[in-house]
Amino acid sequence: MIGHARRRVDARGKVTGQTIYADDISLPRMAYCKLLRSPHPHARIRSIDTSRALAHPGVYLVLTGKDLPIKYGILPVSQDETPLCVDRVRHVGDPVAAVIAREELTAADALELIEVDYEILPTIADPEEALANPEPRIHDYSEEGNIHKRVAFEFGDVDKGFAEADEIFEDTFFFQGNTHLPMEQHASVAVRDREGKLTLYTSTQTPHYLHRALSKVLEMPAGHIRVVATPCGGGFGGKSDPFNHEFVVSKAALMLGRPVKISLTREEVFYCHRGRHPMLMKFRTGVKKDGTITAMHLQNVIDGGAYGSYGVASTFYGGTLQTTTYHIPKYRYQGARFFTNKPPCGPKRGHGTPQPRFGQEVQIDKIAEKLKIDPAELRLRIAVKPNELTANFLQLGTVGLEQCIRRVVAISGWKDKFRKLPEGRGVGLACSCYLTGAGLSIYWNAMPHSGIQLKLDRSGCVTLFAGTTEIGQGSDDVLAAMVAEVLGIKTFDIRVYSGDTDLGPVDLGSYSSRVTLMAGNAAIQAAERAKAMMAEAVADKLEVPKERLRFADSAVFDAAAPEKRVTFVEAICLAEARFGTIGTVGSYTPPKFPAAKYKGGGVGTSPAYTFSATVVEVDVDTATGLVRVAKLWNTHDLGRALNPVLARGQVEGSIYMGLGEALMEEQDYRRLPSRLSHALVHKFPSMLDYKTITSLDMPEIVTEFIEGPDARGPFGAKECGQGPLLPVMPAVANAIYDAVGVRIDEVPMTPEKIVRALAEKKAGRAPRYGPDHFPEMSWGEPLRVPPPWDGGDGRAINEPPRQPKPSREKEKVLTP
Amino acid sequence: MAAKREAPVESQKTARIKMVLNGEAQDVVFAPYKTLLEVLREDLGHTGTKHGCELGECGACAVIMDGKPVLSCLVLAVDCDGREILTVEGMETDGRLHPLQEAFADLGGMQCGYCTPGILLTAKSLLDHNPHPSRAEIREALSGNLCRCTGYLQIFDAVEAAMVEIAKRGETTK
Repeated sequence: MIGHARRRVDARGKVTGQTIYADDISLPRMAYCKLLRSPHPHARIRSIDTSRALAHPGVYLVLTGKDLPIKYGILPVSQDETPLCVDRVRHVGDPVAAVIAREELTAADALELIEVDYEILPTIADPEEALANPEPRIHDYSEEGNIHKRVAFEFGDVDKGFAEADEIFEDTFFFQGNTHLPMEQHASVAVRDREGKLTLYTSTQTPHYLHRALSKVLEMPAGHIRVVATPCGGGFGGKSDPFNHEFVVSKAALMLGRPVKISLTREEVFYCHRGRHPMLMKFRTGVKKDGTITAMHLQNVIDGGAYGSYGVASTFYGGTLQTTTYHIPKYRYQGARFFTNKPPCGPKRGHGTPQPRFGQEVQIDKIAEKLKIDPAELRLRIAVKPNELTANFLQLGTVGLEQCIRRVVAISGWKDKFRKLPEGRGVGLACSCYLTGAGLSIYWNAMPHSGIQLKLDRSGCVTLFAGTTEIGQGSDDVLAAMVAEVLGIKTFDIRVYSGDTDLGPVDLGSYSSRVTLMAGNAAIQAAERAKAMMAEAVADKLEVPKERLRFADSAVFDAAAPEKRVTFVEAICLAEARFGTIGTVGSYTPPKFPAAKYKGGGVGTSPAYTFSATVVEVDVDTATGLVRVAKLWNTHDLGRALNPVLARGQVEGSIYMGLGEALMEEQDYRRLPSRLSHALVHKFPSMLDYKTITSLDMPEIVTEFIEGPDARGPFGAKECGQGPLLPVMPAVANAIYDAVGVRIDEVPMTPEKIVRALAEKKAGRAPRYGPDHFPEMSWGEPLRVPPPWDGGDGRAINEPPRQPKPSREKEKVLTP
Repeated sequence: MAAKREAPVESQKTARIKMVLNGEAQDVVFAPYKTLLEVLREDLGHTGTKHGCELGECGACAVIMDGKPVLSCLVLAVDCDGREILTVEGMETDGRLHPLQEAFADLGGMQCGYCTPGILLTAKSLLDHNPHPSRAEIREALSGNLCRCTGYLQIFDAVEAAMVEIAKRGETTK
């Protein structure tokens, strides 16, 4: 079962059209909802007149911000959204009203009858404008002006580290934002059920967090709300926030007593966004002649968009994993997230880490060139070691980085290619590291992060109840496989119910690559408990010691005398007779991470870290700047591939998305000419103009799994769905340099940028395209934490005494 | 605010056509502004056909009409009178999955599954017209179908495996 290529449990439904996604649900008397969205990037709402819309034939209900005034947000520290804007719109696409009607088209028609009186406010387009214009403040709760959040850390005496360096490299990089573009547009159906309670079917990655937010906003006990995360048609992080429309249809269904559906248009999905944060980064790195890093200083200016979303976490992730690939003895990180009048940024595959990884890996390439060391050799010299405790107190476990580098160098023919290919063709190498599940929950609590329930009965069916969300990654299959492995049965003999807050125990959701490890360990625990009960009952029956029993091939037998056996179904019957109805549970809570005791030290902790190395070979057309990816090699340290078909799919899918980010994907905005409105609008909110890699662009990929079981992973497994994306962008940049000798310090690396850099090169100037300045700003006093090798104990030496959780809004707990 | 109204709301289902859907004749009554995609999903309950943009940009809604792949979001249902439509629900025959369905299921040709019906039908149309396409021809045929999960390579593998299986089945039936 484990480790073998196998058809996933949800495959049949997906190839026959039987899988029911949120928008496939249709119920008797169902009404349709459409949202009126702001055409202005920043405005005060003076008044809204809904009377004409309400009088439109076929309209049942019109809602505005006043109907749903309670704020929510995914993080407890940034409860800054309302389902419909109450008095202010903050980006084009911010919803201000909702119409619920008999037909979808009727609702759309009625939207045009709503009159909103806006008072236009000045627009803030990017962090530099936000810095220059502390007023108007996009949110009153921001740290200062339009600076949402600043983080600053110093691990060791960084200036001393620079003084010890033979060379200091300073580079500025820009990583443009991009979006998830899941194939499925967000959709939800809300129902007031026969008990008068609420059921919401919705395309979400995080039903549990949504459940909590619904309870808060609707002022209903969570126990009276059921959230069903329908099979999700692609998430990639983009369906991890609670969304406006989910509250609106819930409220409407409760008010009307009939089901209410919404299905967003593709344009609206671009406005929901929560994608990659644009980041402007300055890396300063000191090295010895042999490549040893003496110190690193990263400053990161982060464009957050109009709301908090996961942004506070993203601000930490914008620098916290820089220490997990190479040994960095002294490290200073300063990050600042700004509010701007654009759709909010949030978590996209790799959450906050691909941007600084890009800068770091391109800079390493520059360092290697200057020091005349092969970039692979340099990385091997400075790679982190297994079980290393990093400067910022992240506790690594298994580390396959060296193996990843050695293997990718071997299979790609790196040594025969690097700096040896003809002009126009080149190879680039980059590495990365990622988490297998965030060590901390979004909200502080002492409860498990994942739970699993199993029911076994005399039919022979094993039913698995999980709170996890199947977003295409194969979580249902992986959980079934683990239970099947423990019980010696086939995945086809297991039925999985996931993503339903009524049926399954709490799981925090499909994000941060946490499900296989966390829900997987819970599933193994539940299965082992069931197995123990069955073993005890079977041991009595067969009169053999239970320790000698084996569970395999849908039977339970004596390992010493395999003819002494019962079938799996008989074993359940024996257990049911002996113990009564058989149900078991398992749960998983990440290990405590005692190392990092400083405030903010919990971000970046994880039960296990994965490592990747990528070599990419490209052709660059010097006339047009077009990059064609000829081939790509990836090695990924995933602990163990539980189902190699799925693991390969995760790796190739990550690489595909990484290539799109490297070469073409961008969520970009432009100002309309002032004779129109001077509004800041999305450049291309459509799938045609938002360029992605198609079947024609996708290169051949060679993937090799580096398997070394991690003791914390279920059957040794670590993540493989995010990490392999990270090295792709810097590997492409490094390959372009190898091919044509220009540095593209900006993502995406479009033909225009390459042509410009080539022109610079031809003119005898620095052969580069990238940001040419970095804003001056106050970063605040960093939290000073001596690293482990300076005798640090994980505490900051200048941390002000933590105040007893200040005015954090006391959470209202509603009981049924 | 909820609306209060005396007169009943008019039905908009004023268009009527006959078409053959997955081998069965259908009389369909629907609102005349609807696309084939909407009529399939909303009026006929065939939700296997998906949509990702409703603007002809993503390929998720591809079906086969009179033997050719079309984007059902760009076809007006009123233009489908007398047409034969094949959707993903009609690919299985006699309780047996189509070789493309088997291959996609076994070889990772689908992850979230949302683009899958459109890709299956586009690939079927390719194999119906060209039983032995090269990988380049497969890439070309699928270039209007976006997939955000797989990176396409396992899709190509699946189409090629199905191609071999269809040829094999053809041999055995001869």
